[in-house]
Amino acid sequence: MWLIDSSIGRKLIMSITGVFLVLFLIFHGTMNFVVLFSADAYNAIAAFLGANWYALVGTKMLAIGFVVHIIYAIYLSYQNKKARGAVGYNVTSSQKSVEWTSQNMLVLGVIVVGFMVLHLIQFWSKMQWVELSHKMGLETSGDLALATDGAYWVKHYFENPIYSILYIVWLVALWLHLTHGIWSAMQTLGTSSNIWLPRIKVISNVLSTVIILLFISIPVYFLLGFNI
Amino acid sequence: MEKNINVTLKIWRQASPKVKGEFISYKMDNVPTDSSFLEMLDVLNERLLKERKEPVEFDHDCREGICGMCSLYINGHPHGKDGGTTTCQLHMRRFSNGETIVIEPFRSAAFPVIKDLRVDRSAFDKIIQSGGYVSVNTGGAQDGNAIPISKIDADEAMDAASCIGCGACVATCKNGSAMLFVAAKVSQLSLLPQGKVERAARAKAMVSKMDELGFGNCTNTGSCEAECPKSISISHIARLNREYLNAKFTD
Ligand code: HEM
Ligand code: FES
Repeated sequence: MWLIDSSIGRKLIMSITGVFLVLFLIFHGTMNFVVLFSADAYNAIAAFLGANWYALVGTKMLAIGFVVHIIYAIYLSYQNKKARGAVGYNVTSSQKSVEWTSQNMLVLGVIVVGFMVLHLIQFWSKMQWVELSHKMGLETSGDLALATDGAYWVKHYFENPIYSILYIVWLVALWLHLTHGIWSAMQTLGTSSNIWLPRIKVISNVLSTVIILLFISIPVYFLLGFNI
Repeated sequence: MEKNINVTLKIWRQASPKVKGEFISYKMDNVPTDSSFLEMLDVLNERLLKERKEPVEFDHDCREGICGMCSLYINGHPHGKDGGTTTCQLHMRRFSNGETIVIEPFRSAAFPVIKDLRVDRSAFDKIIQSGGYVSVNTGGAQDGNAIPISKIDADEAMDAASCIGCGACVATCKNGSAMLFVAAKVSQLSLLPQGKVERAARAKAMVSKMDELGFGNCTNTGSCEAECPKSISISHIARLNREYLNAKFTD
């Protein structure tokens, strides 16, 4: 199967899952940004999603996208390490044009996963999971009334500056991953040429910065002493 | 202006493919800055021969930057730090007095060391044999202007064709990927009408040979382009991706 056996096939999967995750981030970031203006509007979105079938389908697709991206990332990195050979160089040095991020995508990805676990425990397990458990009639200690009160949880965690700072660290790692990832995906998909190569790099920087600003505005807002 | 400098060479010595290698230091005094890097190594080898020691093996042929035979990883860069030059075009004026120069073979799983600084790059030949050609009918030569080719395509094909197949891209790539080489070879042919006939088959055959030989997966670090002695652009890699994906999806 060429999507597993060929290097470009593997890169295709990497880029498609990556782009899918980026699309999710655009949605998620836009939705979160609303909380800064209206807690009620934000909660309305949270309630609309909740554990309804479409939100569950979305969550499942997202989980699959993530798992495939990570499995391929690990497989690719393992193969690449092997291709480098058993003996390394004594002296290595990069030319200036080589982005640091491009050489550290796996490290950045691992940081992203690490914080994601925290994020899932803090939000997902208190919200969609609680609602889902109730629907399925499972025992849960979670409070159903708070399951769609996203603004409550945002307030609950981000009032603590330590969490705000942790989220900022996470988002910076994600930003670095995306500044390389987005143009890399476009290059992999072949949408690049002498003219478009500089352009997709600009698109990549702008898009990843906009995405991260949407997210990071919330912890920064709290750190500056404001509250929702 | 010519002057002389003293340098210390730290060279990878390895007697044969399977044995363990090590770095050995050699002091080189009064090296004229006008001499080329390889001439400086020639001087070292003459000295070693006089001392009845094994000379340092390294690859070279044309010594004018066109054959792609010279290699060497010099101070952490294939063909030295300067962009757009081969090792044979590198001169001692690019080094300073008292400097220690570390010289290693090109490394990659697909390029095993033969001896000292010489590596086996025949993997590239195998990739070319798998599809890096055009099949043409023999007979009288065609009229030069019979097939019009746009200036843009001709230029791009020419740029791609300037690849000398030295392997610097693989040597510098953190993924040991040969994508820049394969992309240059595929681009050079698929941009021109003569090469279009076999383009789908070519892209598939060359990529699958590249994968089979154990080269890594490209993650677009761009190190290849930055170190390429012919400054081949990674936009050719995007073209290879296109060619390959098109070929696969029309299967
Ligand atoms: C929200 C999360 C993530 C997004 C939006 C994302 C996005 C992307 C994108 C767009 C690419 C470029 C694909 C390509 O070059 O064809 C990429 C590559 C990559 N990602 Fe992610 N990624 C995410 C999470 C992760 C995680 C969790 C890991 C690892 C544990 C990871 C590891 C990698 C690696 C190793 C690459 C390959 C580098 C490359 O091909 O340039 N990513 N990612
Ligand atoms: S010896 Fe021919 S390119 Fe350097």
